[in-house]
Amino acid sequence: MATATKRATPGRVKGETLHDGFLRHRNFRWMKIATLLSLIAIAGYFLIDVQPRHNGGSWYGYGLGTIGALLILWLTLLGLRKRSMTRGRWSLKAWTSAHVYLGLSLIVIGTLHTGFQFGWNVHTLAYALMMIVILSGLYGIFAYATLPVALSNNREEMTQPQMLDALRSIDRQLHDAGQPLEHHLAALVQSSLDQDPFGGGLIRRLSGRYPNCATRAAQAAIRRETAYKPNLGEDPLEKVDALLVRKEAILARVRRHLKLKAMLEVWLYVHVPITFALIAALSAHIVSVFFYW
Amino acid sequence: MAESYRIAIVGSGPAGLSAAARAAQLGISHVLLEKTDHLSDTIYKYQKGKHVMATPSQLVLRSDMDFEAGKREKILGTWDDQTAGHKVNVKYNAEAKAIAGQAGDFTITTTKGETIRAETVVMAIGTQGNPNLVRCPVGEGATVQYQLDDPGEYIDEHITVIGAGDAGIENALGLAADPEQRNTVTIVNRSAEFSTAKDANIKALLAAEAIGRMQILRETTSSAIDKGMITFDTRDGEVKVRCDRVIARMGSAPPRGFVESCGASFEDKDGKKVRVAGTGIEFSSADRVSYPVLSPTFETTTPGIFVIGALAGYPLIKHCMNQGHDVVEFINGNTTLKPADEPILVGKFKDLPGKKSVDEWLEFLRTNITILDALSPLQMREFMLDSEARFYRKGETIFERNAPGSSLFAIASGSVLVQVSPADPGITVPIGSGLIFGEVGLISGRRRGATIIAAEDSVCVEISRTAALRLQSQVPAAKAAITRISTERQLLQMFGSGLTSADLGGVLDGATIIPVSAGKPVITEGEEGDDIYVIRSGSMVVEKTVGGKPVFLSYLPAGSYVGEMTLIAGGRRTATVRAAVKSEVIKLSGAAMRAVMEQKPALLEKVRRDMAGRQDVNAFIEAKKDSFSGVVDMYSSVATFLVDQGVGEATDVLLIDENLCVGCDNCEKACADSHDGLSRLDREAGKTYAHLHVPTSCRHCEHPHCMADCPPNAIHRGPDGEVFIDDTCIGCGNCQRNCPYGVIRMDSVPPKKPGLLSWLFFGAGPGPGEPSKKWSYAHAEPGVEKPKKAIKCDMCSGIEGGPACVRACPTGAAIRVAPEDFLSVSRLEREES
Ligand SMILES: Cc1cc2nc3c(=O)[nH]c(=O)nc-3n(C[C@H](O)[C@H](O)[C@H](O)COP(=O)(O)OP(=O)(O)OC[C@H]3O[C@@H](n4cnc5c(N)ncnc54)[C@H](O)[C@@H]3O)c2cc1C
Repeated sequence: MATATKRATPGRVKGETLHDGFLRHRNFRWMKIATLLSLIAIAGYFLIDVQPRHNGGSWYGYGLGTIGALLILWLTLLGLRKRSMTRGRWSLKAWTSAHVYLGLSLIVIGTLHTGFQFGWNVHTLAYALMMIVILSGLYGIFAYATLPVALSNNREEMTQPQMLDALRSIDRQLHDAGQPLEHHLAALVQSSLDQDPFGGGLIRRLSGRYPNCATRAAQAAIRRETAYKPNLGEDPLEKVDALLVRKEAILARVRRHLKLKAMLEVWLYVHVPITFALIAALSAHIVSVFFYW
Repeated sequence: MAESYRIAIVGSGPAGLSAAARAAQLGISHVLLEKTDHLSDTIYKYQKGKHVMATPSQLVLRSDMDFEAGKREKILGTWDDQTAGHKVNVKYNAEAKAIAGQAGDFTITTTKGETIRAETVVMAIGTQGNPNLVRCPVGEGATVQYQLDDPGEYIDEHITVIGAGDAGIENALGLAADPEQRNTVTIVNRSAEFSTAKDANIKALLAAEAIGRMQILRETTSSAIDKGMITFDTRDGEVKVRCDRVIARMGSAPPRGFVESCGASFEDKDGKKVRVAGTGIEFSSADRVSYPVLSPTFETTTPGIFVIGALAGYPLIKHCMNQGHDVVEFINGNTTLKPADEPILVGKFKDLPGKKSVDEWLEFLRTNITILDALSPLQMREFMLDSEARFYRKGETIFERNAPGSSLFAIASGSVLVQVSPADPGITVPIGSGLIFGEVGLISGRRRGATIIAAEDSVCVEISRTAALRLQSQVPAAKAAITRISTERQLLQMFGSGLTSADLGGVLDGATIIPVSAGKPVITEGEEGDDIYVIRSGSMVVEKTVGGKPVFLSYLPAGSYVGEMTLIAGGRRTATVRAAVKSEVIKLSGAAMRAVMEQKPALLEKVRRDMAGRQDVNAFIEAKKDSFSGVVDMYSSVATFLVDQGVGEATDVLLIDENLCVGCDNCEKACADSHDGLSRLDREAGKTYAHLHVPTSCRHCEHPHCMADCPPNAIHRGPDGEVFIDDTCIGCGNCQRNCPYGVIRMDSVPPKKPGLLSWLFFGAGPGPGEPSKKWSYAHAEPGVEKPKKAIKCDMCSGIEGGPACVRACPTGAAIRVAPEDFLSVSRLEREES
């Protein structure tokens, strides 16, 4: 508005409120740089005549190899950058953006470096590990780009501790409400209380499906029990039934939450360890190349 | 026959205790009356184990009682011992209810009906006041209490909490928190809404209700409390509920009424006993924060009654104790005693030219600066403790345009020049000796509007915001002067156009300042009216009804004006302007404005231009409404959501775009690692709308609620506009309670962690982010007590690169914005593309 006293906040450009995600950072700056890098590498591959054929040992191959190795080391440093809160004008978003696009350009640089010569040796091992890291990274980009919305929708302003709190509180009520029930019904309730509703390992967590869910089983059994009884409004079973329905709903929410969080994280368990394997293989590759030279 | 003493001291807090100890030392006959059965109730009620701080550190302690920073228990223990050692005559369970008589012969009546006679009375009852009592009949054997020390104490009880303010809600939640205690908790609220409580508390309460952990009775009052049973008046009639214990948290009555009536004469009016005006102890003004009028020896307007300590406006223990010592010396006839703050004042004046004593300097400032004229010498001392006297050479810059600052300046000698035009420093307006400048920052907390330089060698006083507010409450004339000057300058600055204060005379005479509560309109669409409103503090939103729905048009921060359209173009109001937060507007009469515009075509031109700009925005939105109604609805509802979240009073707020947030919490970790290992933000908590999430983190409000009641005055606005808490924090928790957004936590600094690399390679330490309580506990330096202090976001001020939360976000989800930038149409334009 014309009369607003504009306060120039230092360290913030006015336009920055129109924020971008890491993929679009600075109008795809790193995508452009990475594409250019790849194009130059490809053009070089076709324009430079290497005899008898392209391979890692030509001067051009060495060039690509050096660039690739340095890139790999630099890309690995993201892990350090993320965790070390030093002063200075860096932005992790810019780093992630560069990491993603330069990492992708490695597909081109690495592949051209091989000269398409593969075999059962440490060199190809390094290449294969690199591709695994990149592929897991591609999944990561996909997850980062698509899952946050689902995560946000699912939690509906609840925090994870709040969800777990709500669950515990329903359990307490179930515990009390289950007391007056007949033994076999009380046992059903108890089974819901006893079960770790999120147990069953990574696969279960990622799938979000829990076929042996004791709560669902208990609820179904109690439904069968109450189906033919008139609803008088004072049957303790009705209360247990209602509580189990609520528990199922909150369980479903927490399970979705954990599933999404797992999907956002699981790839890192491939990406990071394989990176270290890659660096080991890469070192072996470099040492052996120079050793046999 | 009543007991008779030379000095009766009421209240055994640090102030009263120190006074009594001095009296005992001097061998003066005295009595110390204490309401409770222990000494110093305010400190007694601190949280167990609280580290009590001894600020300000430059101030020397002058008391017969010892006091140094340390645990509450140790301090109370020392005082108990020394009270006995000095043979102080303490009367416990003696709450003074009335004080009558005059100097030389006062009679103090206690609530138990005892009377005590004394020649002089020293009031040191602090500011805690008395809790409001339940008004319904309380039967024999029923338990009603007004405080809850440890919610863990009660098990297997049916407990009713009366009053759903923050204290009541926190107590109820505490009692119901652990189901192992098996308490049945009911909380009673007089109305349907919880208007006085913090949002976070209300949410927690409703959540507890939803999961059946407690019962909330709305629109209910208690009508009788009996042993084991409480009776309520509800909307649906009388209800009886089992109840073993009632905890009443219905606020407390400040002690002002009692203090005012001391030594007063009373008359009958309509069958009620009322105080005769001009008798009793006079307060400086009707403001809520106002203190008794005192002489340099702490004597009130009723001779023979003295007031010291927090009640006198000195909220720190050291001040209180020094005053206790001094007041007894004064009463005992010591006239040469210099106040203990003398060395601090000597320090404040030491760099000024010319050799003057502290008293001479104080007198010089008081007589030369118009707004200080009415201060007493004691007030003047107190005033200078919170202010700075500075000497500027000719040509020196006092402050720069756009620099942040909330202090007020007054010129004691010399004069200054205001560079009114950012483009040409040559254009200046002089301000002469005795006058003030810098008032804009004081009123709206916004940045400085112009650069000010000294026109000649000058002595100025920089008055801190606290001192300025206190001054205004003490001296009504100062308040009126500051208001008039600030209004005039705000208009001159806003309208520019070569206006001078002479031009504005007519407008200013008719100008009124109107407080507007949040959500209330100042202008309503479709109404008649041509007055102009200037937003003095707070902020407003402009809305227009399009297609039957209100559409958000724009956000107006303090320092803008509205209402010019009907004034210029005629017709009815075309939009509604509502206060986004509690605000103040200056209403200028349309007729007077029109007269000025006729004389000053430049002003008319400027207002026309502003109006055209706004009309463009309105037209743009209305046009879009047809073609992109979804986008406009979205823009409008997001803006409304943010304003509801208090973003309207923010100056800088952290938002998280949940389209991008992967929940890695790197923002929290970065925050902790940039600030002694404590995070000042809770990413996940907070409201979300259309995937825009407002996390629990400081918004750096324009008028920070946290600053309202800080005893050591430790909360300031810093150079980048950040609101921060300095080292003098005493950990009292007032700011935490006053913050409506729940962004302040009380905690002690965890031990230092091993470096990142030793964690990465050797697994040493807890890794990035805030260490767990367990780790901190295990690695605490033995024997070193770390005080819990208030902790909040400081916008990473002083850290190169800016806020760590934003820098450390890997996906770009975390952004910090100023509302006037974020709530602008440019967002709409972009979203559309
Ligand atoms: C949580 C908290 C933490 C704080 N931490 C610190 C700190 O670390 N350092 C610091 O310097 N300051 C601190 N303060 C401020 C400090 O406690 C007070 O400023 C100080 O106690 C005021 O002293 P006083 O003697 O004026 O009054 P108080 O200490 O309030 O004492 C008043 C006494 O008068 C009694 N009384 C009241 N009415 C009557 C009556 N009618 N008849 C008889 N007796 C009566 C009361 O029972 C009480 O014992 C803190 C305050 C709070 C609330």
